[in-house]
Amino acid sequence: MGLFISQAHAAEGHSPLEQFQINRLIPMEVGGVDVSFTNSALWMVLVIAGATLFLTLGMQRRAMVPGRLQSMAEMTYELVAGVVRDNVGSAGRPYFPFIFTIFIFVLFSNLFGLIPYSFTVTSHIIVTFALAAMVWIGVTVIGIAKHGLHFFSLFLPKGIPIALAPLLVVIELISYLVRPVTLSMRLFANMMAGHTLIKVIAGFVVALGLFGVVPLVVTSAIYGLELLVAVLQAYVFAILTSLYLNDALNLH
Amino acid sequence: MEAEAAKYIGAGLATMGLAGAGIGIGMIFANFLSAGIRNPGGAPKMTANLFLGFALTEATGLFALVIALLILFS
Repeated sequence: MGLFISQAHAAEGHSPLEQFQINRLIPMEVGGVDVSFTNSALWMVLVIAGATLFLTLGMQRRAMVPGRLQSMAEMTYELVAGVVRDNVGSAGRPYFPFIFTIFIFVLFSNLFGLIPYSFTVTSHIIVTFALAAMVWIGVTVIGIAKHGLHFFSLFLPKGIPIALAPLLVVIELISYLVRPVTLSMRLFANMMAGHTLIKVIAGFVVALGLFGVVPLVVTSAIYGLELLVAVLQAYVFAILTSLYLNDALNLH
Repeated sequence: MEAEAAKYIGAGLATMGLAGAGIGIGMIFANFLSAGIRNPGGAPKMTANLFLGFALTEATGLFALVIALLILFS
């Protein structure tokens, strides 16, 4: 961000990265480990509460002809169900609740993060990495439990000349091991970059005086793009989770 | 060269990776449009794939941005 931005923000003393700061709201310590209730934890609770409220209220009436809220809840369900159905097939049905939970959590974290002055849970790599590692470890365990040692044939694509095998196994192994990193980095980078961008451009609005109208319009447009990205990244997370699950369940 | 100056230059260089993301996103939408004009009936079915490709491509560019931010703030 450098000099330019810090000058633009010098008046207010705000940095575009200030929004990612974690504050202890209720300091706590258990056995020397810091388990304080932070603003991140607060927003996670709000996200869970919001998601629960959305789904329970939406499905309360169970009308034959759904209202607005009910059709939103049903469309969310149908979207994830379609992703699992298309990518994994019927073998993936037992895992649908897990993928749906992850989708809803990421979606609501992203959307709640777009409320001004709120905190984006998914803009911290440790949160997204925990989610991605959970998916990756779970998928690997499922694969090994289902196929035993045969699971490792995943690293040897079918129909390749045997001379190429040593090279391809290494490449496939690396691409498998790097999955939790890319999965978490994708979500984290999108959230962090988007929010930083909005803050940086919003910082120009006051600094430019009368010409601040231009960055104001740009910020509004980027906010719209960020809404798209927020939904899209949750969708991508769900799709990739089901793709990885498909690899483990059906090999290839 | 001062270390501070080299840091800023390095961060600026790191953001050049976003050019690749720009090209990629442009290709996705361009190809979607040209295919959609040829076969308008098939286009709506492919919008999910379009946005999936957009999101995946955009993320690769953002890795470069993360590196730039890491250089600046660590």
